Amino acid sequence: MPRQPAVLKIMTVDFIADPAGALYWLDERMLIVADLHFEKGSAFAAKKIFLPPYDTAAALAALAALVAIYNPKVVLALGDSFHDGRAGERIAAADVRALRRLQAGRDWIWIAGNHDRILPSGLEGERRETLSVGEIAFRHEPGEGPSRGEIAGHLHPVAKVVGRGGRVRRRCFVSDGSRCVMPAFGAYAGGLNLHDAAFAVLFRNNDHSAHVLGREKVYSIPLRRCLPD
Amino acid sequence: MKKGQPGPVEALPQRFSAWFSVRGWTPRAHQIELLRSAREGRNTLLIAPTGGGKTLAGFLPALVDFERPPVQRPLHTLYISPLKALAVDVRRNLEIPIAEIGLRVRVETRTGDTSASKRQRQRRDPPDLLLTTPEQLALLLASADSRTLFADLRYVVIDELHAISASKRGDLLSLGLTRLRAIAPGLTAIGLSATVRDPPELQSWLAPQFPRHESAALVVAPPGAPADLSILDTREILPWAGHSARHALGEIYARIRAARMSLVFVNTRAQAEYIFQELWRRNEDNLPIALHHGSLDVAQRRRVEEAMAQGRLKAVVCTSTLDLGIDWGDVDLVVNVGAPKGASRLAQRIGRANHRLDEPSRAILVPANRFEVLECRAAVDAAREGAQDTAIARAGALDVLCQHILGMACAGPFGADDLYFEIVSAAPYARLPRAMFDAALGFVSTGGYALKSYERFAKIKQMKDGRWRVANRAIVQAYRMNVGTIVEADMLKVRLVRGGGGTGAYTGPLRRGGRALGEIEESFIEMLAPRDTFLFGGEILALQGIVEDEALVTRASSDAPKIPSYAGGKFPLSTYLAMRVRRLLSDPREWSALPEQVSDWLRLQQLRSELPGRDNLLVESFPRGGRFYLALYPFEGRLAHNTLGMLLTRRMERAGLKPLGFVANDYALCVWSLADSGAAHPDALLAQDMLGDDLEEWLEEASLMKRTFRNCAIVAGMIERNFIGRNKSSRQVRMSTDLIYDVLRRHEPDHILLQAARADAASGLLDLDRLAGMLARVKGKIVHRVLDRVSPLAVTIMLEIGRESVYGEAQDAILADAAEALIEEAQA
Repeated sequence: MPRQPAVLKIMTVDFIADPAGALYWLDERMLIVADLHFEKGSAFAAKKIFLPPYDTAAALAALAALVAIYNPKVVLALGDSFHDGRAGERIAAADVRALRRLQAGRDWIWIAGNHDRILPSGLEGERRETLSVGEIAFRHEPGEGPSRGEIAGHLHPVAKVVGRGGRVRRRCFVSDGSRCVMPAFGAYAGGLNLHDAAFAVLFRNNDHSAHVLGREKVYSIPLRRCLPD
Repeated sequence: MKKGQPGPVEALPQRFSAWFSVRGWTPRAHQIELLRSAREGRNTLLIAPTGGGKTLAGFLPALVDFERPPVQRPLHTLYISPLKALAVDVRRNLEIPIAEIGLRVRVETRTGDTSASKRQRQRRDPPDLLLTTPEQLALLLASADSRTLFADLRYVVIDELHAISASKRGDLLSLGLTRLRAIAPGLTAIGLSATVRDPPELQSWLAPQFPRHESAALVVAPPGAPADLSILDTREILPWAGHSARHALGEIYARIRAARMSLVFVNTRAQAEYIFQELWRRNEDNLPIALHHGSLDVAQRRRVEEAMAQGRLKAVVCTSTLDLGIDWGDVDLVVNVGAPKGASRLAQRIGRANHRLDEPSRAILVPANRFEVLECRAAVDAAREGAQDTAIARAGALDVLCQHILGMACAGPFGADDLYFEIVSAAPYARLPRAMFDAALGFVSTGGYALKSYERFAKIKQMKDGRWRVANRAIVQAYRMNVGTIVEADMLKVRLVRGGGGTGAYTGPLRRGGRALGEIEESFIEMLAPRDTFLFGGEILALQGIVEDEALVTRASSDAPKIPSYAGGKFPLSTYLAMRVRRLLSDPREWSALPEQVSDWLRLQQLRSELPGRDNLLVESFPRGGRFYLALYPFEGRLAHNTLGMLLTRRMERAGLKPLGFVANDYALCVWSLADSGAAHPDALLAQDMLGDDLEEWLEEASLMKRTFRNCAIVAGMIERNFIGRNKSSRQVRMSTDLIYDVLRRHEPDHILLQAARADAASGLLDLDRLAGMLARVKGKIVHRVLDRVSPLAVTIMLEIGRESVYGEAQDAILADAAEALIEEAQA
């Protein structure tokens, strides 16, 4: 099956929702990813849980593939790009080089998240708390209460869908057309079911739906077809 | 049996023979033979049927040692059983001879239920005889004082060896045994086993395999009286498919009423629930009929066992939880509902009736559908011949090896060479290459990755003298929390609450704090919608909601549950029985032993299509309702058929046949498609190379593989058991081992944990070994019949369509379905 991104409309902007879990804003040539959680694996290793030390490389490879497809002018990382403040001490030199290669020739913006208040030293790119472009505000944590034109991360939404053949729990975008919570991009980032109360306060009109990441396609699925955990 | 042994009187001390006479017994030849062999220091395997005085025989060598109590009282004998209930039961039975002979022996049990203070005391002041489980042994061996505790150990008695040897628990136990031998070189191992097909395998298991391959001595008891076995010849119409045995319940009830005490064995928990409920519906005489299965609350299970032992029950409906040799009461009838799935399993269950060798055990088999009649017939014939299933020789599991290495580091510093030679003396690990051992050691130390980035976080480290030791005490703590090889499915507590939840709200504000009824698989509950009803603990319950790790339920007023039983059987049909079923099918002269309904059905199949042969593979294709069906009859068990179904649908997809789904049971497999599969070439579709690239490609995504990986990761100690549990705070994010699997598979496909998972999948859930054997067997012998309508044999498998969910990896298809439903709604 050829790759089939979906169109996700936030306010009046048509974003391309890529099945890898990123948004692309064509007019701005901006690629947006959330919650990269680089070096989560080594954070566990420090606690003697030896997860495979390839999560940063995996996320970077997925990101490189997107950069190759869309050739963005700007890459926007929506916070929690690094799993903790000491990630810079653990990241492999090869991964740092791979990141630099991706950053070369384009703007790179690190929005601050709760996990990466301290960014590794010597990192390229601009650091910001939030970013506004046109009618869209980008931030890590979704704001409290109703919002018009907000794209955030932080919550790691997943949808659970049951069909005849079994059940699927997949990462997803959650959106009601004026606000969007992006799926986490990191290889070891867990997921929070979109029926969690944390989403209810963001989408009070209950007219949001899940845009679930399939292998080659993003599927739009109504809320009531998604089950709680 | 060996000849020319001296008579019983010479071997048995006078007090013992006197005790036998007072009881009116004569010591049996195999009891005396085992006693002599073990007292001479030979590792010995005793094979005896149930009721052969097996347990007493196992303890005789130890008890005779206490004829004259030793001055010092260190731990003398260790008894290990796969079930903690068995340990408790054996202790009860041992105390009688000990008291009556007047021996001064202290016997204690040590299981997961033993209090911490008692466990501590047992290490300081051990009993003479300690009865325990493989997991507890591993814990004892992983402690710093293990060398003093076991220094003078004389015997280790391993009960139900046939049930445990070919499993991961058996692997763990075999490794424990090698450590016991290293601590106490004079140790003698005694294995107790039911009849097995291949005793030499167990004889090797019991004896050291390094520096040279040894084999335990063999003592075989004479077989018991032949069982009185019959198949229920129903007057009702035999169902074509399904597992409910609803047609036979009236007849089962009548048999229960006529017997003293009956055990009604079924294959799954859901079946147990159903049969129990249906029996009570017919129970006009108010017979005390109880239910026993692994998901019920422990206290409730103990109550049932007690009532059985006291003879207060008329019947117990049970699953394999009562398979093993627990002597609960005076059972005189065993009813096996559904097919027994294996010849040895049936023998074990039959043995539950009449624990006396000289009386025949009485058992009735109740087939639930037509294929099961064939299987029951084959099983009865096998039992009459005393035939057993082929044991599955297997290499020791790598995840268990990793767990053991960490345990040994917890016990104290070790040299890699010493530990390696210790480990290869265990039969399952006798062929373990040194490089694999080193990989396991690397895994335990730092995860064993090619990218050596975790060296500074190592769990075990090399000291200056080259020996390995744990980095800190916290590692020992973590090991103790994670010991064992059984990884439970995710379970939810089932709790009874009053009243319903809010309307439509799934996790509404329910009042909690009601009675816990037991535990149920999360995967089952997840298939239910709120207010769906299901059977549990003999009651119809309605799901009200899931709150954290509990399924909240209310009693339902309906008299039939909405969600029916879901699985056919837990155990796949054994290779040996499958062979016998094929033989029975292919030879019409043998059909006279079958009920008329069944032989008529087979004759009709002969007429409309043909019968599967002994060695060939029958493939039928026919159209029905706008779709095309391909039915295959490999008789290789449900797991192998599911795997075949996954691979076959991939191939059909490529061949442009547009397969839509498939269904498999123990006997057959049916694939339906949009394009005409009659034009297909089964020879090409089923070529042996389907186990090459197709398999690799599919395994990458297979959820079974992911589940297997998760279990290996837990057993090997990569992640802790509670790593992925439900979070108390629902705000927390759940991380799945699937993510770890995906990353590892892409970046280090040869990692030891992936090797462990593949090996498990090959012999376990995917049954690849069996599938490979079948493909080789039928090569060039595939018979393809193109029919114009469904054949009589195919009806049975067609009826399962929709009953059991399609075993699909087509996850995106589910998403697409859900998305399409949205579009339909929008257009309506």
